[in-house]
Amino acid sequence: MSRRTALGHVLGLGSAKDGTGHWWAQRVSAVAMVPLGLWFLFSVALLIGRGTVDYLSVIDWIASPVNAVALILLIATMCYHSALGVQVVIEDYVHGGTKVVSLVLQKFAHAVLAAAGIFAVLRIALGS
Amino acid sequence: MSNIDRPLSPHLQVYRWQITMTLSILHRATGVALAAGLLLLIGWLVAAATGPESYTQVRDLLSSLPGVLILVAFAWAFSYHLCNGIRHLFWDAGIGFEKTQYRASGWAVVIASAAITAILVAIAMGVASGSAA
Repeated sequence: MSRRTALGHVLGLGSAKDGTGHWWAQRVSAVAMVPLGLWFLFSVALLIGRGTVDYLSVIDWIASPVNAVALILLIATMCYHSALGVQVVIEDYVHGGTKVVSLVLQKFAHAVLAAAGIFAVLRIALGS
Repeated sequence: MSNIDRPLSPHLQVYRWQITMTLSILHRATGVALAAGLLLLIGWLVAAATGPESYTQVRDLLSSLPGVLILVAFAWAFSYHLCNGIRHLFWDAGIGFEKTQYRASGWAVVIASAAITAILVAIAMGVASGSAA
């Protein structure tokens, strides 16, 4: 006989109150990283290959609308995917109070990186 | 909490080496490395947003021999994590669990990630634009 409540059964979030949310988020962000990551790797390789890595050329490249939007998507997705992954690594190897502190700190760190990166792109793209 | 009497799984060394073991831990290792690589990506963008002096400093650091080696290492880590990540997505869909299949897909990941890295290096060396940079 199941001791689970009817509501708990319907919500399906289990004892960790998270259900499959983390698992799905990691997969969905992974799928998004495939085109974004390949685009970024080949774009940077092309910038270097063409020798257009001086300040003005790179600013021009970042500021173009398609590149700026793709960069913002890349930063947001990569920081999110990275936070989800580092979380699992910490949960596996760190224990006790240190675990809680490092879990919170890594989330903050990823949020700061995402905000700084997106702000940098916007500042370049909007030219101020 | 600690219960010494509980059964313990044997140490990793007792198992015969298989390609899948190395690839599995490499997925995690490259993932953690790429998390650190985020610092470099964001640093590069912030330096560019700050101005010509800070951008040129970062670019010169990355153009030095250690800088180039770090960039190539990140290119491979990214390619590997991406290819092996696709392998994981197939497993999530229930595909490729036969012994011969996951060994073959493992070697495919090794070859594909090396190939992508080689192509990236070739492009960066100016092969695509026909000029040696």
